[in-house]
Amino acid sequence: MKIGRVAGTVVSTISAPVFQGRRLLLCELVQPDGAATGDYLIAVDVVDSGAGETVLIIDEGNSARQIVGLDPAPIRAVVVGVVDDIDVG
Amino acid sequence: MQLARVEGTVVATTRSPGLEGIKFLLVQPLDRDLKPRGDHVVAADAVQMAGPGELVYIVGAREAAQALPNTFVPVDHSIVGIVDAVEDIRS
Repeated sequence: MKIGRVAGTVVSTISAPVFQGRRLLLCELVQPDGAATGDYLIAVDVVDSGAGETVLIIDEGNSARQIVGLDPAPIRAVVVGVVDDIDVG
Repeated sequence: MQLARVEGTVVATTRSPGLEGIKFLLVQPLDRDLKPRGDHVVAADAVQMAGPGELVYIVGAREAAQALPNTFVPVDHSIVGIVDAVEDIRS
């Protein structure tokens, strides 16, 4: 899984059926210390995460399809957790 | 999934079996500030409504083919949604 920070939402009316009625978040990827890596992912939110929160993102298709309960579905990235704390070392 | 801008259409009459009827669009992947990032890719239009100039989001790898009616096809990028707005909540 990857660590990200919720940076925005993506509004989309016309989309593949798997995304309809779901919240799409723009998450910037961050290093353990919170610094941005410069990369980002658009991920489906299943944990009601909020703006600025540090989150866990799974970026793998099989897991994503299992979470949304739809197969086949063109989905890869899902926000699966809200990070309370990262303790390094 | 990544943001991308549709920049054109790709016409290919001769295709691998399974790709018949799929619309291919030339897209430019974008960073979170909607600036071009990386190389262009040819993506299958899974929403069947995307056109040049539109902001879309694309999915890559094996999941791309799962956006299409026949999921066992050689496609590695698909447009899976048209973006109405990106609401930035950066502090």
